Amino acid sequence: MIWAGVLIASASCYALKLAGLSLPQRWLQDPRVQRTVPLIPIALLAALVATQTFSTGQHLVLDVRAAALVVAIVAVVLRAPFLVVVAAASLTAALLRLL
Amino acid sequence: MFTGASQFALVGVIGAGGSIWAGAATAALLGSRNALYGLRLASLLDVRGVRRVVAAQVVLDETTAMAIARDDPRQSRFAFWATGFALFTFWNLGTLAGALATQALSNPKLLGLDAAPPAAFRLRAREPLAIALAAAVVAIVVLPFVPAGVPLLIVALLVSLYGLFGRAA
Repeated sequence: MIWAGVLIASASCYALKLAGLSLPQRWLQDPRVQRTVPLIPIALLAALVATQTFSTGQHLVLDVRAAALVVAIVAVVLRAPFLVVVAAASLTAALLRLL
Repeated sequence: MFTGASQFALVGVIGAGGSIWAGAATAALLGSRNALYGLRLASLLDVRGVRRVVAAQVVLDETTAMAIARDDPRQSRFAFWATGFALFTFWNLGTLAGALATQALSNPKLLGLDAAPPAAFRLRAREPLAIALAAAVVAIVVLPFVPAGVPLLIVALLVSLYGLFGRAA
């Protein structure tokens, strides 16, 4: 069942790319489509970060992941390289769990 | 599936106990921006037949950025293919290494690795802050009341409605 979902999601993602290269230009040039599509990843990724940080299953929880996220945000604001951001956040969570 | 955000989202939704179908829908929604990249690249690349079928697989954030940053169309095409080839190779090698390495780990939590995906996403979600914050709040508010994975679909619906009808054109 999981692999069926993975395959369908994969096919959808590929079809979207191919559609962009193949469809008549004006179909995707509607200003409302042009405005809306870039907003979708922003909103979805923000929502994904929030739910992965503040929940376990269907329960809202506040644990070391929140601290790790704060560290990651600080690192991003300081313009740290990507790997440093990820490592700093992971290290924060690991160290806090050891306490 | 060769588009990073969609991969992360699919794994994230399933990992949180969501259904595979909620995960697949989220992954496809995240892939929708690649259609707009394709639109932008179509005239630049001018690919047909088999080359278009191959090119489509590497229509991504990175290849689009590299291709449209060049003034000369020949350089654009070279940038697109070179970036696509390098990304495809190393991304998939990295994925394989990750899959093998985590099988050897008894408990990824001990290394704090469960905190890594949210940290990785911070980089991608920097513009416009207001939409990101609103999406995060909505997802958290509805989370206790709906099955795992569904908060993301609600957010996708709301942001689409906002984009299509929310503001004056």
